[in-house]
Amino acid sequence: MTVETRAPLVEMRDIKVAFGGVHAVDGVSIDLYPGEVVALVGGNGAGKSTLIKTLSGAHPANSGQILMEGHPVSIANPIEAKHLGIETIYQTLALADNIDAPGNVFLGRELRTRLGSLDDSAMESATRKVMGRLNPRFLNFKKAVGWLSGGQRQSVAIARAVHFNARVLIMDEPTAALGPAETAQVGSLIRQLKDEGLGIFLISHDIHDVFDLADRISVMLTGKLVGTVKKEEVTKDEVLGMIIMGKLPDEVTQAELADLHG
Amino acid sequence: MVGALVVIWIGFHILSGGTFLTPRNLWNLSVQTAAVAIMATGMVLIIVTRNIDLSVGSMLGVVGMSMALLQAEILPGMLGFDHPLTWIITLAAGLLLGALLGAFQGFIIAYVGVPSFIVTLGGLLVWRGAAWALASGRTIAPMDSSFQLLGGGSRGRIGGPASWAVGAIACIGIVFFLLAGRRQRRKFGFGLRPVWAEATLAIIGCVAVLGAVAVINSYPMPEALATQYAAERGIEVPPGGIALGIANPVLIAIGVALVMTFLATRRRFGRYVFAIGGNPEAATLGGIKTKRTILMTFALMGLLVAVGAAVTTARLNAGTSGLGTLAELYVIAAAVIGGTSLSGGVGTISGAALGALVMQSLQSGMVLMGVDAPLQDIVVGIVLVIAVAIDTLYRRKVAK
Repeated sequence: MTVETRAPLVEMRDIKVAFGGVHAVDGVSIDLYPGEVVALVGGNGAGKSTLIKTLSGAHPANSGQILMEGHPVSIANPIEAKHLGIETIYQTLALADNIDAPGNVFLGRELRTRLGSLDDSAMESATRKVMGRLNPRFLNFKKAVGWLSGGQRQSVAIARAVHFNARVLIMDEPTAALGPAETAQVGSLIRQLKDEGLGIFLISHDIHDVFDLADRISVMLTGKLVGTVKKEEVTKDEVLGMIIMGKLPDEVTQAELADLHG
Repeated sequence: MVGALVVIWIGFHILSGGTFLTPRNLWNLSVQTAAVAIMATGMVLIIVTRNIDLSVGSMLGVVGMSMALLQAEILPGMLGFDHPLTWIITLAAGLLLGALLGAFQGFIIAYVGVPSFIVTLGGLLVWRGAAWALASGRTIAPMDSSFQLLGGGSRGRIGGPASWAVGAIACIGIVFFLLAGRRQRRKFGFGLRPVWAEATLAIIGCVAVLGAVAVINSYPMPEALATQYAAERGIEVPPGGIALGIANPVLIAIGVALVMTFLATRRRFGRYVFAIGGNPEAATLGGIKTKRTILMTFALMGLLVAVGAAVTTARLNAGTSGLGTLAELYVIAAAVIGGTSLSGGVGTISGAALGALVMQSLQSGMVLMGVDAPLQDIVVGIVLVIAVAIDTLYRRKVAK
């Protein structure tokens, strides 16, 4: 592996986020290289969504530093994140259900004619192009997305993220609401985007998805980073041990791992 | 919606002994609908963003009263009586005042975070009180003679030939938009409608427009006025009389509806309004300035209230402190009957304008039938509830 010799695509250093007196994220550092999938796992309330919101601009950090390719950047809102090439697919998908697919793909970044009106045809054309790459069976370009199936809605959310030449993709529970076939589809899409050189943060509850797709796994527990491990060097049980007990693979005993299965 | 209108019209025509579907009644109906239709187009956007504006009736009162005072008591002292600039200064000041009042309410709603129901409920009381306080409850009359033209009446209309010209322009517009849409779709290689379908659409549109103009133009001036009008121009009164043509307030309402439709469907502002109504969180994450957009919808509503106030004061030829009482309910009802969903995200400008026409048709029809005023209110109230009930049931069925 030669990737580690370059500066990481994204490096988050000592990020802290507090709500009131509670430290939702407490001094976490993670990084991401081009063409890499880093899974961010942990139980409910571990702080993974909060951490990732500091990168997507949805909720800025109280302290800490974010670097892209070695340069410090400031991300105060979603627009600034997007300007840096950081796109987010939220667990809720964040789609306006009453608007059609092209309208959602270009929400907040509408294409306009010379006179400043919405250029719906150009937006539809661009959406058809990106959809042709992601999900060729997608044909409902005029329907409000509220009428579409879960998988199709997911396609719209992904199309929105990849259309604008993202360099970093944040996927928050991308398969939580999907059936098996659609999950497989999202999986192959993640591999495709990774091959194109994007860095992907994958937030997931599903340990199988994580082992299937991730190169490295960062585990969080109660706002702190337990550790980051390479997928080839750990077992699923060892990752579960990190998630539940907060112990790294070399700290944990076989007896403790056996206890996980009760 | 169009179907409901047809049923109401034919029903009243039969029940009223053939007096409803006459050029005279339809001409009056169009004028009476104008003010509510103008304001309903703004209310659609307010409701689409999951807000409400209960203050429009009172705001109409205070803006109307301000315009009345300005043109009847303030400007004559400065410019002289019936100065040609009076009406335009009055109108501009009124529009500015309306937009400011709306923006003020919008600011409290969007930036301070007080629910629109409360802010505009407060506005309903405050602006009504202000309308009274401005002139201690006096009625201000008469209005400037040019300003009066905004309200319609026998002088405030554009005449027969100009009405035909408006109809012709509308037809050219319909054909132009169909062709432009077709060209655009071809440019991007999307599927095209068959030519016969496009042609049918064009023909239906043009026939509807020209038919409406024909009906309006078949309502002649009152005889005395026509005689005077002909004498002034040294012509004979033709056998069919001289057509009044489209009334100014109707022309204003049509113009407002077109501009508002353009704003709502072709501009980013409209797209953002609907995005906020569909999913406020998605709008924020998409980088839309939701607070500013909300403020702007209320400012726009205020501007449209001012247009409505100008039409109403001009038509009444007076400013009174009770002007626009209960108008908020008619405006909201028109938007809702026109298909605007109170849960947000759904609504059309044309639907709201049609909704206003349905409401006014009900009232006008009942007046023709000699129904007592209290009973009229009962019927309008019931129709409103039924309209929303049908909408709710339909939505529930579709959701399954």
